[in-house]
Amino acid sequence: MQRLNYAAPKTVNEAVSLLAGASGPAKLMSGGTDLLVQLRSGRLKPELIVDLKHVPGLIGIREEAGGFVIGASTPGATLEAHAGLKAAWPGVVEAMDLIGSEQIQGRASLAGNLCNASPAADSVPAMIAAGAVAVVVGAKGRREVPVEAIPTAPGRTSLAKDEFILEIRLPPRPAHSGDAYLRFIPRTEMDIAVVGCGVNVTLDAAGVCTAARVVLGAVAPTAVLVPAAAAALIGHKLDAATLAKLDAAAQAACKPITDKRGTIEYRTKVAGVMARRTAAIAFERAQGRAVKGH
Amino acid sequence: MNYIVPQSELKIVGTRPVRPDGVDKVTGRATFGADMTLPGMIWGKVKRSPHAHARIVSIDASKALALPGVKAVVTAADFPEIANEEAFVGEGPMNFRDLSRNCMARDKALYEGHAVAAVAATSQAIADEAIELIDVRYEVLPHVIDVEAAMAPGAPVLHEDMFTTGVEPKPAKPSNIAKRVSFTKGDVAAGFAEADVIVEGRYTTQPVHQAYIEPHACVAAVSADGQAQIYSSTQGQFMVRAYSAKVLGWEIANLRSYPMEIGGGFGGKTVVYLEPLALLLAQKSGRPVKMMMTREDVFRASGPTSGAVIEVKIGAKRDGAIVAAREVLKYQAGAFAGSPIGPGCMCGLALYDLPNVEVIGYDVVSNRPKVAAYRAPGAPITSFAIESALDELACKLNIDPLALREMNGARDGTKTHYGVTHKDIGFLSVLEAARSHPHYKAPLQPGQGRGIACGFWFNIGGESSGAVHVNEDGSVSVVSGNPDIGGSRASMAMMAAEVLGVPMDQVRPIVGDTASIGFSFLTGGSRVTFATGMAVTQAAEKVVDQLKTRAAQIWDIPVDAVEWKDGKAWPAGLNAGAFEPLSVAQIALKAGRTGGPIGSEVSLNAQGAGAGFGCHICDVEVDKETGHVKILRYTAIQDVGKAIHPAYVEGQIQGGAAQGIGWALNEEYIYDKNGKLENAGFLDYRVPVASDLPLIEAVMVEVPNPRHPFGVRGVGEVPIVPPMAAVANAVRSATGLRMEHLPISPPKLRAAVDAEAKAG
Repeated sequence: MQRLNYAAPKTVNEAVSLLAGASGPAKLMSGGTDLLVQLRSGRLKPELIVDLKHVPGLIGIREEAGGFVIGASTPGATLEAHAGLKAAWPGVVEAMDLIGSEQIQGRASLAGNLCNASPAADSVPAMIAAGAVAVVVGAKGRREVPVEAIPTAPGRTSLAKDEFILEIRLPPRPAHSGDAYLRFIPRTEMDIAVVGCGVNVTLDAAGVCTAARVVLGAVAPTAVLVPAAAAALIGHKLDAATLAKLDAAAQAACKPITDKRGTIEYRTKVAGVMARRTAAIAFERAQGRAVKGH
Repeated sequence: MNYIVPQSELKIVGTRPVRPDGVDKVTGRATFGADMTLPGMIWGKVKRSPHAHARIVSIDASKALALPGVKAVVTAADFPEIANEEAFVGEGPMNFRDLSRNCMARDKALYEGHAVAAVAATSQAIADEAIELIDVRYEVLPHVIDVEAAMAPGAPVLHEDMFTTGVEPKPAKPSNIAKRVSFTKGDVAAGFAEADVIVEGRYTTQPVHQAYIEPHACVAAVSADGQAQIYSSTQGQFMVRAYSAKVLGWEIANLRSYPMEIGGGFGGKTVVYLEPLALLLAQKSGRPVKMMMTREDVFRASGPTSGAVIEVKIGAKRDGAIVAAREVLKYQAGAFAGSPIGPGCMCGLALYDLPNVEVIGYDVVSNRPKVAAYRAPGAPITSFAIESALDELACKLNIDPLALREMNGARDGTKTHYGVTHKDIGFLSVLEAARSHPHYKAPLQPGQGRGIACGFWFNIGGESSGAVHVNEDGSVSVVSGNPDIGGSRASMAMMAAEVLGVPMDQVRPIVGDTASIGFSFLTGGSRVTFATGMAVTQAAEKVVDQLKTRAAQIWDIPVDAVEWKDGKAWPAGLNAGAFEPLSVAQIALKAGRTGGPIGSEVSLNAQGAGAGFGCHICDVEVDKETGHVKILRYTAIQDVGKAIHPAYVEGQIQGGAAQGIGWALNEEYIYDKNGKLENAGFLDYRVPVASDLPLIEAVMVEVPNPRHPFGVRGVGEVPIVPPMAAVANAVRSATGLRMEHLPISPPKLRAAVDAEAKAG
């Protein structure tokens, strides 16, 4: 019979040495909302599960130097309940909030969503658009990595065997900034994105875009930052011509597959649609108007 | 006994009391299939074929049997071989060879997920490990999934002994077409010749699963003397007993079957999958055995309903009078013959008064799980095609779609193309209710559309038993032999209470096991409130007779001088004598001295079920950029005969509509090129979630069925018949696009939008 060990370390060092010393496959656990499903299905057969929730700093949100620091295991429900975070980064918060049900929201975390490395992860395009940084700890110490550098392929990350994410950092917001995340699913909830899109913009006082990041999910092996889509926005207001250029740039960046959730052709077209709709919300928010996302 | 209690005199029937099984269900105490545990119980698991079509070369279970904790392994070799013939065991015709081979593959695995062996072990983990240790060698064969591909010459043949029946001469070669059926009325060629307008279409539907929340589960125990018990989640404990006995070659008297609380069935629990395996493992191991399917097992190995290809041609005069209809239906049966092609051929056109009709149907096997009944089996599929075609016809004629149906709708005396003449039906009343409903006239915004569609289901009666016992304190037990799927305990108790004249809470309904109540055909066909309700009503009437007799004895007057009113015996008039009325409790107290226990059991074969008709109105909004369809408003109108418990009737209507909307928009099986199912779970097999649907308004029209004491018609199946066409017709109204292929999923609708834009 296969053995499965469970450990709940109380410090970063303890967690790192457990991971470094594991003789077989080890998995990190925060909420476990992906891990437990994969265990039950037999897709994953780890020998060790390291539960990070007891490590100090892994749960909680604090404001630091105008930005936000979110503990890696902080559940989505905590993000949703944080008024300051929600006001500054509504796109990130609503992207996280789209994951699963009410019950899942009580467990699932940003870092878990990132490290599960699904191309369709909802929070990841929003975090990349936001310019989020992951603070990674391991046997060799601590490093800061842009979140887009964490997933490398479906189910794979750039983290070393002894590394894990300690926290996610969101930068300070310039004036006239707004972000948004939209996804397309065939139903209204409880589903996996066929296409996801995160947009983060900063405008000048006249409403002209001065900075932008546009990110697509579920259209490539990992979430894709689309500089050409950002370029289509920068220097412009969100008029019809700009929207058309954005749509085209988003479609051009897609390298999707045909699978049970959508065809190449469909995903590509809908990526353009989502980019336009998400950008519209981000622009509204940047101009100080409260806009409902989903 | 043909009477209907006047509406004004009803005290309980037609009210909405709390269901007797409700508290246990909402507090989690109700014991479902997987909740049963017996002392010494061990765990059974099934090894399933990874191939869609493969010859089983050998099965070596020696390594599994050597694993500590493994108590038994069974394969097809442990089951008796059964002849390929239609047999009867009180539940209608059934091919038990096919049933046996579906429960456990013999010689060939016919679909991915087909059971090839089963083990019983002291823990689930050991059983899982043992499954991996069973060495099955396969010779993989070419497979076929699609129905028309399975019919094509040269397709891989599943059964070498399958020669299409219903064609002359008998085919020389085997094929995947199990049978051809046809129905003709009038002269269809002559009919089309006089038509001013003809519409033609080719429609396809996908197999869809019943998607009950509770996966199949059972516990079996077999004594050394061969006496066995089976506890399972099923729509028919007598079906489980008969089918298991037949597959195992056991005597029915040796098997006692207990129905557990059931977490949904919708027709999918009208057959056995695990029960014969669990019984055999229990016999071999000498230990009680529990078996449960996972959700993945449910999708891979239990029955959906058929997918189909349907060609329709309808001709009409310019005023809308339909003069001819022709329909060709090709239904997937899954790996064994037996799609609902018969009802499919009958139901689509049964709603209309048509002079000339020709319907041809094919029952086709392919390498998919064997289909099982699903709510009005066969009818929703054909009605998607017919009701879509009628919508096209209405467009072409520029006639209101409701008016087209009013003009051609079946009424009393209409003779169907399959020979039955409609009697006491309420279709026109349903259409009238649709026309006068505010929804039909409500304004629509740009981008929105409205569709209507109608549906028919026979509803059935059949063999049922019901017992009513007066307890020592005057409370009443009602026992029936039908698992309670749609609130039947409540309706049985209500009908008994109505006849007895006692309050509902004085009556406790239970569902008996096969040794506690007479034979009852399973819960299906929308038959229980009608047929079992008739048995319970008759038993209650007999109890009233007994109560009157006992009161007469107590008072020492002739029994015809006693009358029963408001739950009490009364002297019938001044001449009968002056006595205080006697309640049920007072009579029960003296039962021992007046002849013994008071109670009655009635077994009958209920005839005269009343057919049901429905009309659904659906509003949608289409996002043409993503292809997403939002259901904005939905009204389902249905003739329900007489609603015993209106809230449960409304629930049936809403549930049927919700399932039909899922069928219309997203539900489908996705196979890879090797014939493996890619979406065996609720994440990617998309039934609607609550937020996908508006409140579905259920409108009950009550045209009583005169052949039931309270006027009952079946209600549970009609509501799943209209939704697919109602949604498709609404999409047509919103976009101008005729979606002929289900599901109307976002990629498909967006592709249709693009194709139209390209065509200009």
